Amino acid sequence: MLAASGKLDRRAVVNALLADRGDLLVIAGLGAPAWDITAAGDCPTNLPLWGGMGGAAVMGLGLALAQPTRRVLVITGDGEALMGLGALATIATKQPPNLSIVVLDNEHYGETGGQETATKHGVDLAAIARGAGIADARTITTPDGIAPLREAIHTAAGPTLAVIKIDAANLPLKLPPREGAYLAARFREAILGPQAHHQL
Amino acid sequence: MDRDALEMRPDAAADWPDRIYAVLKAQNITQVALVPDAGHSRLIKRCLADNAITVVTLTTEEEGIALLSGAWMGGVKGVLLMQSSGVGNCINMLSLPILHRTPMPMIVTMRGDYGEFNPAQIPMGNATQTVLEAMGTLVRRADVPEDVEACVDATIRMAFNTYRPTATLLGQRLIGAKTFGKD
Ligand SMILES: Cc1ncc(C[n+]2csc(CCOP(=O)(O)OP(=O)(O)O)c2C)c(N)n1
Ligand SMILES: [Mg+2]
Repeated sequence: MLAASGKLDRRAVVNALLADRGDLLVIAGLGAPAWDITAAGDCPTNLPLWGGMGGAAVMGLGLALAQPTRRVLVITGDGEALMGLGALATIATKQPPNLSIVVLDNEHYGETGGQETATKHGVDLAAIARGAGIADARTITTPDGIAPLREAIHTAAGPTLAVIKIDAANLPLKLPPREGAYLAARFREAILGPQAHHQL
Repeated sequence: MDRDALEMRPDAAADWPDRIYAVLKAQNITQVALVPDAGHSRLIKRCLADNAITVVTLTTEEEGIALLSGAWMGGVKGVLLMQSSGVGNCINMLSLPILHRTPMPMIVTMRGDYGEFNPAQIPMGNATQTVLEAMGTLVRRADVPEDVEACVDATIRMAFNTYRPTATLLGQRLIGAKTFGKD
């Protein structure tokens, strides 16, 4: 699960988190996290975002509140999470028991040329989440943290946030379908059945 | 109401907030996202008192666009309540409902629109409709109480029937309207 740098490899981490995922619903923040979930296997219960930077976690909240019996996982980047820090307060206030957020923290804006993010300079997203009121907020730097996190994603009783420190290398693109209407319609159908396309 | 107050709210006897609430119920809206505005305070109270409605108070209005996108993915209908300044916070996030063809009804109380007293409300108030339309939103306005119910109903229907962002702008003239003899 480690890259040559000795840090966790993002694709190996995401593969491990999504192993035997069952009916887990996964939203990925724009850019590399969307490529990562696609590399793990594109499927209707994946919603890779192509935009809306800063909105991934709170989109997960809307879904988790709408589908309280399903488990919802948001996988996003440190840059994307930093753009929507207020979402941590919004999520903490609602305490959705079925929502997990994983931040793949390479301490850079990888997608745009590798500029440093605030986490490179010590900003601690897990501490911010805890301060907001997400009690289960952890930072993972080694492979032994991944299996317990996978377990929490499927069983935790409250919202969870995990910052996973990963290797900063940009990996080969693995692009999901680009048509947003298709991505949304297949995701909704996977959740709601054929009824998804009729009046609510 | 006090025209020189920093925040403006409808007179206690104005019943259009209750009629908006009735439209939300009739349209089966069960998630309401908001950053408070004084003009929406009565409607917010009604929503908070309703166990069938999940109210999510946001830190910034753009969260509401993302939140309600997620709700729609999960089969739940929502609306976003905000004041006109909040529309400015939503601009880029409106890419999501356009991209995904997601219904996104917004009910916007206008400031900087009619008889405004606070200079800071003018720039965004004056740009609200232009900005929404630039981001593909169908915009309708209600400036008198008689138009509110039909406008909000149309805004919600157009969103969910045609899969796009829509907005009703509740004019400042309406929010500041006196209901003589009733209060
Ligand atoms: C509102 C907005 N600002 C900037 C961008 C450009 N942009 C696209 S991806 C990205 C970086 C994302 O960084 P991060 O979430 O850390 O993901 P990484 O590629 O590092 O895994 C940026 C800045 C954008 N798409 N939208
Ligand atoms: Mg990054």
